[in-house]
Amino acid sequence: MRINKKWLVIFLVLISFITVAGIYLSRVNIPVLEPKGPVADKEFRLLVGITAIMLIVAVPVFLLLAYVVWRYREDNPKRGQYVPDWEHSRWLEGLWWVIPTILILIVSVISWNASYALNPYRPILTSKKALVIQAVSLDWKWLFIYPDQHIASVNLVEFPLKTPVHFYLTSDAPMNSFWLPQLSGQIYTMAGMQTQLYLASDVIGNFTGRSANLSGAGFAGMQFIAKSVKKGTFDSWVERVKTHSLELSLSAYRKLERPSSYMPVTYYANPAKGLFGDIIAKYMVPYGQAHENMGGVSS
Amino acid sequence: MMIHHLSTTFGSLLGRLSLKWLPHDPITAFGAILLAAVPIGAALLITYTKRWRWLYREWLTTQDPKRIGIMYIIVAILMGLRGLADVILIRTQQALSSGSNHGILTASHFQQIISAHGTIMIFFVAMGLMFGIINLIVPLQIGARDVAFPFLNATGFWLFFAGMALINVSLIIGDFSATGWLAYPPLSELKYSPTVGVDYWIWSLEIAGIGSLLAGINFVVTIIKKRVKGMSLMKMPLFCWSVLGSMSLVIFAFPILTVTLTLLALDRTIGTHFFTAGYGGNMMMYVNLIWAWGHPEVYILVLPAFGIYSEVAAVFSRKKLFGYASMVWAIWAIVILSFIVWLHHFFTMGAGSDVNAFFGIMTMIIAVPTGVKLFNWLFTMYKGKLNMKTPLYWLIAFVVVFTIGGMAGVLMAVPPVDFQLHNSLFLVAHFHMMIVSGVLFGYFAGITYWYPKFLGFKLNERLGRYAFWSWLVGFLLAFVPLYILGFMGATRRLDHYSSSLGWQPLFVVAAIGVVFIIAGVIFQILQLIVSIWQRNGELKAGHDPWDGRTLEWSLPTPIPVYNFARLPEVSTRDAYWEAKKTNYIDDRPYEPILIPKNSPLGLVIAAGAFIFGFAVVWHIWWLAVLGLAVSIFGLIYRSMDEHTEYKLSAAEVKQMDQMRFQEIKS
Repeated sequence: MRINKKWLVIFLVLISFITVAGIYLSRVNIPVLEPKGPVADKEFRLLVGITAIMLIVAVPVFLLLAYVVWRYREDNPKRGQYVPDWEHSRWLEGLWWVIPTILILIVSVISWNASYALNPYRPILTSKKALVIQAVSLDWKWLFIYPDQHIASVNLVEFPLKTPVHFYLTSDAPMNSFWLPQLSGQIYTMAGMQTQLYLASDVIGNFTGRSANLSGAGFAGMQFIAKSVKKGTFDSWVERVKTHSLELSLSAYRKLERPSSYMPVTYYANPAKGLFGDIIAKYMVPYGQAHENMGGVSS
Repeated sequence: MMIHHLSTTFGSLLGRLSLKWLPHDPITAFGAILLAAVPIGAALLITYTKRWRWLYREWLTTQDPKRIGIMYIIVAILMGLRGLADVILIRTQQALSSGSNHGILTASHFQQIISAHGTIMIFFVAMGLMFGIINLIVPLQIGARDVAFPFLNATGFWLFFAGMALINVSLIIGDFSATGWLAYPPLSELKYSPTVGVDYWIWSLEIAGIGSLLAGINFVVTIIKKRVKGMSLMKMPLFCWSVLGSMSLVIFAFPILTVTLTLLALDRTIGTHFFTAGYGGNMMMYVNLIWAWGHPEVYILVLPAFGIYSEVAAVFSRKKLFGYASMVWAIWAIVILSFIVWLHHFFTMGAGSDVNAFFGIMTMIIAVPTGVKLFNWLFTMYKGKLNMKTPLYWLIAFVVVFTIGGMAGVLMAVPPVDFQLHNSLFLVAHFHMMIVSGVLFGYFAGITYWYPKFLGFKLNERLGRYAFWSWLVGFLLAFVPLYILGFMGATRRLDHYSSSLGWQPLFVVAAIGVVFIIAGVIFQILQLIVSIWQRNGELKAGHDPWDGRTLEWSLPTPIPVYNFARLPEVSTRDAYWEAKKTNYIDDRPYEPILIPKNSPLGLVIAAGAFIFGFAVVWHIWWLAVLGLAVSIFGLIYRSMDEHTEYKLSAAEVKQMDQMRFQEIKS
């Protein structure tokens, strides 16, 4: 059999391209596909499952397309029969109204249940008490307040592994989206409003998080590190921060909230009492009526 | 506060405008000079060739949808080149800006460019190509001599032009919005975006949007009222069905855009608090409203392209369109569903599980009618005789790319999966796959297909093929890496990223993809030039070069101003295809035809709107009043005019028609 040179070249280019891509991808970290916590893990499984169901329609489309284009092109000597007036088939058309409908029905049920199961506000059920962290997006950094530990940190959030972490989030800047892909999906942070998110990590490790919603000039620098550590390490970290850091008084906060980009990791002790609530309330009218609306956060 | 605001801005005769707003950095200055050179160069050329009178009479004042359509397409192509220049800067920046290297652009400049890219590509390229092709084709396909409201239609075009002009002026004086193509508040509010950028964005879209609404009204009425005798709705060419769906969406969706932009403009200009953070403003109201327009907008663009694919599939398979009725139902299912899915753009807002699940499921259901359409196109080709020309290539590439992009879409319709993909480059890859294959490829196919009908010669096939392959390879290289980058945690609109993340190689591949796309565009430009060169040779086309099926191919080329000397009579779908089977000789008598007179008032109204927009952007209040007065004067003057048409007598029509008939014979 004579091999067409053109196709051989295309084939070789494709193969080498795929090989290089494969080597590259096996060496880099792909957070969404390598979940390290129960929430991100369920989200990943859902992603794989839905993709598999969709391939039931997509693969026939690709095969049919390839077959039809090969078989019925005008210059094919073995071209199939030409039927110019064939325009309707109740049976066939019914088939592709019904089969995708059934598949979408299945996906819908999965999706409805998943939407409840993976609601970011839904607590992760374990015997351990959740660690509460209040996250605030600022121009252009993340502030994490630990109301029960009486510490705060910027652009770094640390928590013990295998413990649910309960985030309360807001913004003292334009809207941002909190995203820590290896542990959980996103939730918006909005000024004057509070959102919540539960996540947990199964392993010890450092994970990269960032804002996923454009918030101004320093937006690209809104990257933070999430450290999942052993309980003991966490406790000694809290002690260290408490004793060795500046206080996050109201005046220190006012300095902190001023726009700055690529701010290095910073720790604070003793955040001002009710700071998180005050940040939300400052956007409320009239000022100060929002405190009972704090979602039962002790602060 | 409001009064204070007004008194300070009334203070200066030039408002906020001053020379310090001319570009300072070399990249913007170069762009501005290049941009200014286009109209200045064109004006010089017209003066040199003494063509002003011709331009005024034949183009600027025309009411003929065939000419308006061509003007839309020219504007869209020029804007496409500007959008491509933005792409080059974006891809260069992201390929370089890793670790200690911060690339060639500042963050704010980069954000202005991504905002301009999105805005221009959607409003002035995709919309322009769409309205262009609709203007050219719809009246011909329904056997009409004109659109229902020719003046409204012309005004719509000139408002589109005014919006386009305003967005380009922002490159020369002032700055542009740096808040993404949909300018979410509170970032787009005065507090965080105090310069004129967001105002340029608002007024450019406000003006162009009203133009789109006018055009939408015109085409809905045209299709409903102006069909030729015998063409019941279910005998219309499918392109017309898709346009009817799309234009109905325009009528319902664009007023939402107009109101939303107005409210944001009020916030920014007179100090209201509709969407501000604080003072009772609700930013998420804006996000809801803008997507209540924005999601239908996607279908506004894609439906006419679906219509083109339906025409191309039938003509180039030399076979009837498969499942016509299914196709019509699918269009209307999409039209209705497109209004109840908007919340899927912000599942991450923190709405409840049931709200998210509802909108997710509505979104997935759209996959059903879309899938039906894909299968029907495949079965149109099945048992056909495929004439493998470029339009069919675009269709085949579309089926592949759109299916992949559509799968990504269903994936993101599942709220918890979307939590991981929202605003990531996965999303960017998804919607480019949908819009580039579903819209741009469709309009490429349509332009190649209908080109000979208007210009009398085909486009060079070989160069078209080169353009196709460059585009397809470039497109896949540019966007497949973005899917992976999304999985890697890369979000959209990043002007810089840490080198430790390992993203850079993929950004470099995406940049290489753009090099291929540029090659594709160069081939397309070459194709145009070479085809003009070869127009009297093998590319010369008669009035029906593709063995067409619908009424436009029954007309002589070039098409006379009245389209049909004698209105055809239609009794089936594919009316011209059926007519060619019989040897019918039309010997009915000619009748007089009314033709709309040229009018400069559409241009005047749009010029007033442009002046108004520019003045409001810069707070030059006396000029804003003047601009508005010009527009209102134009409207009133036009409504007083009772002599808007002239009559061609039956004898004149007969003479013109027979002259053309002889030209075809000889």
